[in-house]
Amino acid sequence: MNNILLIDFGSTYTKITAVDIEKEVVLGTARGITTVETDIMDGLNQAMEALFLKTGKLEFKKVLGCSSAAGGLKMVAIGLVPELTAEAAKRAALGAGAKIMGVYGNELNEYEIQEIAQLQPEIILLAGGTDGGNKEVILHNARMLTTIGKDIPVIVAGNKSVAPQVIRILLESMTEVVHTENVMPKLNELNIEPAREAIRGVFLKRIVQAKGLNKANQFVDDVVMPTPAAVLKAAELLGKGTDYETGLGDLMVVDIGGATTDVYSIAKGDPTKSNVALRGLPEPFAKRTVEGDLGMRYSATALFKAAGAKMIADYARVSTQDVEAYVKKVEENIEYLPQNDVERKVEIAMGRACTSLAVERHVGQLETIFTLLGSAFVQKGKDLSAVKNVVGTGGVIVHHEQPKEILKGATYSESTPEMLKPECPDYLIDEDYIMASMGLLGEAYPDVAVRMMKKYIVRR
Amino acid sequence: MENSKVKVVLGVIGADCHAVGNKILNYALTAAGFEVINLGVLVPQEEFVNAAIETDAKAILVASLYGHGEIDCRGLKERCREAGLGDILLYVGGNLVVGKTDFTEVHNKFIEMGYDRVYEPGILPDQVVIDLKNDLGL
Ligand code: B12
Repeated sequence: MNNILLIDFGSTYTKITAVDIEKEVVLGTARGITTVETDIMDGLNQAMEALFLKTGKLEFKKVLGCSSAAGGLKMVAIGLVPELTAEAAKRAALGAGAKIMGVYGNELNEYEIQEIAQLQPEIILLAGGTDGGNKEVILHNARMLTTIGKDIPVIVAGNKSVAPQVIRILLESMTEVVHTENVMPKLNELNIEPAREAIRGVFLKRIVQAKGLNKANQFVDDVVMPTPAAVLKAAELLGKGTDYETGLGDLMVVDIGGATTDVYSIAKGDPTKSNVALRGLPEPFAKRTVEGDLGMRYSATALFKAAGAKMIADYARVSTQDVEAYVKKVEENIEYLPQNDVERKVEIAMGRACTSLAVERHVGQLETIFTLLGSAFVQKGKDLSAVKNVVGTGGVIVHHEQPKEILKGATYSESTPEMLKPECPDYLIDEDYIMASMGLLGEAYPDVAVRMMKKYIVRR
Repeated sequence: MENSKVKVVLGVIGADCHAVGNKILNYALTAAGFEVINLGVLVPQEEFVNAAIETDAKAILVASLYGHGEIDCRGLKERCREAGLGDILLYVGGNLVVGKTDFTEVHNKFIEMGYDRVYEPGILPDQVVIDLKNDLGL
């Protein structure tokens, strides 16, 4: 028996993918409604029935799940300097697949503690200070967190010199306090992998249960990670490959949803042009960013504000009034789908605007410095101009008739030459919507996952 | 132990790319037992301040070689005060102004801007080490 079932408990749908790892084929995919409020198994059973209608009854030797149900893994990141340890903590949490509710720097005050309490994070990541660096702020923040009046798991990833003290303070009022390596042991040195692992550990131990996902336990062997972490894992496998299976090389993944747009990049992002100095925090090789104001439905109005009516209208070649009218329609009725030619054009243009802006915020920027000798450049962030593959995934893209038109927003534009976006990439579509599943599969069968992605994620 | 060393932040400010003096100072200070947080060249004021906060550095050493020192270095002291680093030592050196202006004048100008020590071109790193140890009571 070589069948494995991979489940993605999404915010709306529970999506399942059955694969045969011997033949390396997708046997079938299906979906049900996510029913985390009542019993998570209801929606899963619904999906299973739908699957078996297509494939006939199947037996599985392993069942693995990931989840973004019930709002995803909600986290708050705390550091010292906003551009340094607070940013490093944020990146660690994003890389672990979290939904970032807030990022805090410097000494927390009572208002911020109240605010954090209201945000209801499921995990708090507490950083601050390089190793041997600032001690006072992380100690202060630990003390402040004990006044929050809630028992929230805290991961401590700050100045190692005071880590034991910080943990002792937190244990006065929290039951789950996990120590891990500093997210920034030395200035401008990013070390997010240990924090990512710690987050995953807490997710497995505590969050799965808190979200009622454990009800699926008789059937599912493990809900091993948040969905975005599975997608990041898949992207990393597809890009880097394994010892036995070559990857595609540097790549970018765009996932547009109703509320947010996620961008992932698997690339070092070193400067591709000469005379460029790198500045700022180093970038993680596997990087994820999320834009909460760029989405097709819940965030349609926010997108409209961020992009401007003109940008969307220009892409669509319709009037700004048409854009405005459509945005209003879809925000009022999130189930709405385009009914005529103009609406279809606006829908594509909105997708392209999501892609374009989200990618612009993900990639690095080049700043020109004029000197008497001529110009020099300073690069902040990743230079992704040479990235050859842009992959589209997520409901909006995979179910669209013209996904490439949406993904074109990822490409370099002469009107914004400072943005280091891919210059002439190929576009690939995750047509069977299997990336999250492949991330799960890749945990145990990396070679199979790479080969299957190369087969099923196709050039358009 | 690495972490008990006194930390100092070093960098070349503004749009200045002169890298050689920076490397020599980094070497000399490290050899003298300091942990140098070297930000390299092309460093904005803000990064000096952020680095000092996060690492709990005791001094910031600013270099400016290309002649725009006066413009680039102005306001750093105020920024430090703003960030709660009012007591941190500030040194500045290099070729602080264009051409051969009288150094006493340059010195006074930078002292007024809030720097604790201002160095003439061609200063030897040894002197900087001696001054740092004195000023920090080491
Ligand atoms: C090499 C060089 C360059 C190279 C730099 C290569 C590199 N990446 O490092 C290049 C060709 C790129 C260059 C460019 C420019 N340069 Co140039 N350059 C020089 C040169 C010849 C040597 C600098 C050097 O490396 N010295 C050796 C090191 C060890 O000495 P140092 O830098 O002075 O540092 C020592 C001390 O000053 C002190 N120190 C330095 N910083 C600090 C900081 C603190 C806190 C302390 C305590 C001490 C301290 O300690 C160091 C060790 O002893 C000097 C002339 C000279 N002989 O100094 C001109 C010089 C610095 N350059 C100059 C100028 C004007 C420029 C340009 C603007 C244009 C031009 N005309 O070439 C551009 C600017 C580019 C930019 N954006 O920065 C002028 C500056 C004029 C002024 N300030 O009045 C100089 C003095 C030449 C001149 N006489 O006109 N330059």
